[in-house]
Parts: sequence; C-alpha cells; structure tokens
Amino acid sequence: MITTLSKDNVSITREQDVVPFRNRVKEQAVRIGMGLVNQTKLITAASELVRNMIRYAGQGEVRIEVVSKGREAGIRLIFSDNGPGIPDINLAMQDGYSTGKSLGLGLPGTRRLVNEFDIKSTVGQGTTVTILKWKNG
Amino acid sequence: MAYSIAQLLTSNKTRLFDMWIQKQLASESLREDLMTDDELRAQSQELVDTLTSVITADNISHVESTDFDEVFEVLSAISMSRARQGFSPRETGLYIFSLKEAIFDLLQENLADDPATLLAESMKINRLMDSFGIITFETFIKGREDVILRQTEEIADISTPVIQVWDGILALPIIGTLDSSRTQVVMESLLQKIVDTGSGIAILDISGVPAVDSLVAQHLIKTVSATRLMGADCIISGIRPEIAQTVVHLGIDLSNIITKATLASALKHAFSMNRLVVKRSEAEKKVL
Ligand SMILES: Nc1ncnc2c1ncn2[C@@H]1O[C@H](COP(=O)(O)OP(=O)(O)OP(=O)(O)O)[C@@H](O)[C@H]1O
Ligand SMILES: [Mg+2]
Repeated sequence: MITTLSKDNVSITREQDVVPFRNRVKEQAVRIGMGLVNQTKLITAASELVRNMIRYAGQGEVRIEVVSKGREAGIRLIFSDNGPGIPDINLAMQDGYSTGKSLGLGLPGTRRLVNEFDIKSTVGQGTTVTILKWKNG
Repeated sequence: MAYSIAQLLTSNKTRLFDMWIQKQLASESLREDLMTDDELRAQSQELVDTLTSVITADNISHVESTDFDEVFEVLSAISMSRARQGFSPRETGLYIFSLKEAIFDLLQENLADDPATLLAESMKINRLMDSFGIITFETFIKGREDVILRQTEEIADISTPVIQVWDGILALPIIGTLDSSRTQVVMESLLQKIVDTGSGIAILDISGVPAVDSLVAQHLIKTVSATRLMGADCIISGIRPEIAQTVVHLGIDLSNIITKATLASALKHAFSMNRLVVKRSEAEKKVL
C-alpha cells in the first residue's frame, strides 16, 4: 500500500514557473535521499509534463507528494490542467507524435523515465498526468 | 449635518502628520539605514497632503472612486521605491497601517464623547485604509518582480560568454536552463563570434545545465544546425552520466552530433580535427 507522507501544491501559469517548480521537486527528491540519476530522470520528466501543460493548456497545477511503500520512499507528481484535453491518448503516447511541431517525445519519454505513469484526459475538460518515481526505482 | 471625518482630517492634517511621524519614529520597523529622516518626512507629507486633499464625505465610502487615483499613484510610487530600496513587505505594510492608527487616534481625540459616531467613522476609514494597504502590497510585489526581471536579463547577458580557446576553436559554457530566449542569445553570440574570429569549431559545454529535457535538446540541436550552416563544426561537451541516461530514455537522438563527456576531451577532439598535436617539450621530459 502506498501512503502519502506530505503534499505540496504548485500552480503553474507561465514559462518562468518551470525552474522554481523543478527546484521544489528536486528539494523533495534530495530530502528522501534519491540518487542523482533518478533525481535527474524525475526532474526531466517533471519538466516535460509542466512544459506540455503551459504549451497546450496554458496553465495548471501540480501536486508534489512524498510517498512510501514499505521501506521504499518515492515522489509522486500529479499534473492537472483544464486545457483542451487529448483526443487520442494512444496516439499522443507514440514517439514522434506532436501537434506542436516538436519532437513528440515528452509523453512517451516521460513514461520511460518513471516507475509509474498514468494519463487521463477528457476533450474540452482537461488532462491529468500522474507519475511516480521510487527512490531506488 | 452628519459628522464628517473628511473635514476633520483636512483641518487637522498637520496634527495628523505629526502623530503619524511620531508613530513611525517609535516603530521598530523604522529603517534609518535605508531612508533618512528627511526623506521619510517628505514621503509621508506627500501622502497626507494627497489624502486630505482628495477625501470628501462622499467618496470616503467609495474606494473605487476615481478621486483616489492620485492617492493610489503616490502610494504606488512609495511602495515601488521601497521595494527597490530593500524594505521588507512587513515594513512597507506597517508604514501604511501606522497611518491608519494615527487616523484612529485623531478620531478618538475628537469623538471621545460620541462612541456611536466614532465606531461608524472608524469603520469607514478602516475599509479605505485596508484597500490602500492592498494597493501597497500589490505594487510592492510588482516592484520586486521588476527587480527580478532586470536581474534575469542581466544574468542572461553575462552568462553566455563565448571564449576563443584556441585559434579557430570557440568554447561556450552554458550554465542554467536553456529556454527559448536564452537559446536565442546563446545562438546569436556564438554565430557572431564564429564570423568575427573565423573559427571552424565550436564547443558547447553543458556541464552547468541541470537537466536536458526535450525542449533543451531541441534548442541544442538547433544551435548545432545553425553552426553547421555557418560552415563550422559543433561539439557538445559536459554530458554527465545522469544526463546521458536521461537523454537515452527520453528517446532524444543526438547520434549525429559529436558529443564528449568533458570539455577537455572535446578540446582534444577539436585539436585532432585541426590536425594539431599537443606535445610535452623535450626539456620537461628530461626533468621527469
Ligand atoms: N496537457 C496537455 N493538454 C493537451 N494536449 C496535450 C497535453 N500534453 C500533451 N498534449 C498533446 O500530446 C502531444 C504529445 O505530447 P508530447 O509531450 O509527447 O510531445 P510534444 O509536446 O508535441 O513534443 P516535445 O514534448 O517532444 O517537445 C502534444 O503534441 C499535444 O497534442
Ligand atoms: Mg511535450
């Protein structure tokens, strides 16, 4: 069973919010003693999702949670926005698919960088992406 | 006729000013290190003058009235300058709220025998002064943001030095996050330097970049392509092990870019591309 040890909400409205947000994620990762490689993977994943949020939904909110399962600690991040939503998630999860003339690696790449990945989206209502990275995962 | 606090304030403005100054001088939030007594008096005088000149029995309950625009202007200027001078939000807030206290004291002196009017008038002035307080905070924060914005620009300027490390070889250490505007600055100064020095090789060192996500990667790729269009080769160095692993998982293809782990190995590569050899001198060999 996964228990949540602490929660922190960060609202994201513009490009300038990215770096402070990432620093907060990093702070938590350091606090639970996550190694440098996993830290970098988590921060990069967080960076991708927060950029998608700004780019496609304009703004949103992220909840940073420190979680634990038995003796393992981890960081869970929940990105929620009220943007346009994603019509075809399977397509969006494919490498190279982008409606923004970009690399199309954000979502599929993020999934490869974390231990748990979940995406829910409703067209016209918004998107919620949840990721979890274990300290030693 | 109903009691007019506006008139009370106007006709007692010198007394009000004195009471307020007394409060400020007695306050522990007084910052003589940041502002001289004269400046403080001048600033406070301006606010009292403006307030007492625009306030009337009618507009006192209508903060949104355009009559107060002038007061807002003075307040904004005060809190903007305080933000820049390094006052804390608390000190700035207390500045305005101590004026409120002074007004209360004045009211009390004049209405001691009429508690009902005292209460009613206090409520009015309270609401008005609270909204002045909010304006003060809003502009204070804006003042701070301006400072931050200016610093950000300054940092962007100073943090993109293009160094000529050898004849024909440029190095550009990138420190911090490579966002779109930063990339633009980096690219421009690099391309310009390539032209100026006629260099054939540019080394982009990303040791100081905390994370390479797809956006940063794209910016790097763009910079490399632009360098190539100028007829120069580009090497990316300073790829730390954790960055290498992340980039691979993310699925970013840097395979057609020359990448090196350290700036030293990039330089070595650049030397070999230019068919330069670094040799230890004979004399030194004998010493060894
Ligand atoms: N929060 C979101 N709201 C709406 N649509 C989104 C959101 N996040 C992603 N998408 C859609 O999913 C597509 C794929 O996203 P992904 O992050 O994988 O690629 P990208 O952002 O286009 O490119 P890259 O991240 O590589 O720069 C996007 O092009 C966009 O259409
Ligand atoms: Mg993306």
